[in-house]
Amino acid sequence: MSTEPAASTLARPRTRPAWHVATVAETRRETPTAVRLVLDVPTWPGSEAGAHLDLRLTAPDGYQASRSYSVAASTPAAPGSPGQVVLAVDEVPDGEVSPFLVRDVRPGDQLELHGPLGAFFVWRPGQSTRPVQLVAGGSGVVPLYAMAAAHAAAADETPFRLLYSVRTPDDVWFADELAALAGPTLALDLVYTRRAPEGTADVVGRLTRESFAARVLPAAERPRVYVCGSTGFVETVAGWLQELGHAAGDIHTERFGGLT
Amino acid sequence: MSFATRGFSGRRRERDDRLPPGQTLVQDWPVLSAGPTPQIDTGDWALTVRDETGTEHRWSWDELLALGVEDVTVDIHCVTHWSRLGMEWRGVSLDKVFEDVESEHEFVMAHSYGGYTTNVPLEDLLDGKAWVAVEADGAPLDPEHGGPARLLVPHLYFWKSAKWLRGFTMMPDNEPGFWEQYGYHIYGDPWKEERYW
Ligand SMILES: Cc1cc2nc3c(=O)[nH]c(=O)nc-3n(C[C@H](O)[C@H](O)[C@H](O)COP(=O)(O)OP(=O)(O)OC[C@H]3O[C@@H](n4cnc5c(N)ncnc54)[C@H](O)[C@@H]3O)c2cc1C
Repeated sequence: MSTEPAASTLARPRTRPAWHVATVAETRRETPTAVRLVLDVPTWPGSEAGAHLDLRLTAPDGYQASRSYSVAASTPAAPGSPGQVVLAVDEVPDGEVSPFLVRDVRPGDQLELHGPLGAFFVWRPGQSTRPVQLVAGGSGVVPLYAMAAAHAAAADETPFRLLYSVRTPDDVWFADELAALAGPTLALDLVYTRRAPEGTADVVGRLTRESFAARVLPAAERPRVYVCGSTGFVETVAGWLQELGHAAGDIHTERFGGLT
Repeated sequence: MSFATRGFSGRRRERDDRLPPGQTLVQDWPVLSAGPTPQIDTGDWALTVRDETGTEHRWSWDELLALGVEDVTVDIHCVTHWSRLGMEWRGVSLDKVFEDVESEHEFVMAHSYGGYTTNVPLEDLLDGKAWVAVEADGAPLDPEHGGPARLLVPHLYFWKSAKWLRGFTMMPDNEPGFWEQYGYHIYGDPWKEERYW
């Protein structure tokens, strides 16, 4: 039973994490509660799809706060062109860092980044031909969007499927980008928990094991599964996947925090 | 190279000397795991220590508890930047577990149900520094937090405190475990911010 977590892809060379200074190039509303930050990072070495970084803020008196954020998109620095990193941040009510990033950050502001981090929750083109099932809850779509984009950029033909649970149509992150990626090699399936788009027959409500099972690749196809979202969402989905027959070693998870 | 970010003052500001650099005090208990949460019944659970001769020392759940469960109050520090201070645990000291294990080897690989591993020098597990924890916050350890039993090595970053513990293997060299092969630090001292390498 005890499937070892895939440790076979380990020995590959890896970009060592390092400190970087980032300058905010652009801030954009992503959803009513989230912002997209486009950062210029002159020293960014590039990162794999699914990786994250630590973002550190320092107050004038030296007080510091660090939090992890997934890389939605990035371009490595090259001679004559600075690297770029795109993050997307949801405001956690009463949080210390996320309300600052969502409300207060402006173009020109400088932040410190440490990364890239996380070599396990990543997707690499050509790594395997087994189909891939992505499961996102809310902000958890960030690293999965990065994987879907990398998959398209590499013209990789591995079948990809993304199940994305959001509250309402206004809460879809990377809505335009995902719509553009959807097609023959990416099946996109949005689940609305509070309100569906007007004029559609989409059922509204939280996922159940049955509605979930009907919308993901069956265990018989042996997909590699990546699940990301709040801790409660990931716990629930990972439990269902195992009950549906997916091997523990095929289920990669990233828990963003919180309880629900 | 740190500089102040415009407009940031910070809200939490616990300036407790027990907080290592880069850590934020939390009251809840976040979860860091690479996969699904294994569900292990204490009736099926066992702890095994395997030495270089291949000899296995084995304890069932009841046998482990019979070694003596003690109260432990410690601070824990997760690599994802949160810490909890003065957290109350109950567990069995690893001094008791390793008492009859004869080994020349100085390093240990901790193994979990679910296949995860993490490496720790033996000296970091002895002399009252580490436990097999079975309770936290006054209740049996939840599966999410590594129950029924997890390693507790509070002086190292918390990924070293392997969840769903099922045993130890003695090693001649400090081989990296699962998390360490994915870039987490080979030792993990939170006071030196040994997060990644
Ligand atoms: C590997 C990794 C990648 C991440 N990537 C992203 C990302 O791409 N985008 C993003 O928006 N966030 C991401 N997060 C979450 C992020 O690191 C912070 O936890 C989040 O922004 C809250 O920080 P804060 O300082 O505002 O809240 P804090 O002041 O740290 O916490 C306030 C309260 O909110 C709770 N809380 C913390 N996180 C959440 C959450 N996600 N949902 C509900 N409650 C929460 C805390 O437990 C606490 O009780 C990621 C986390 C990890 C571990």
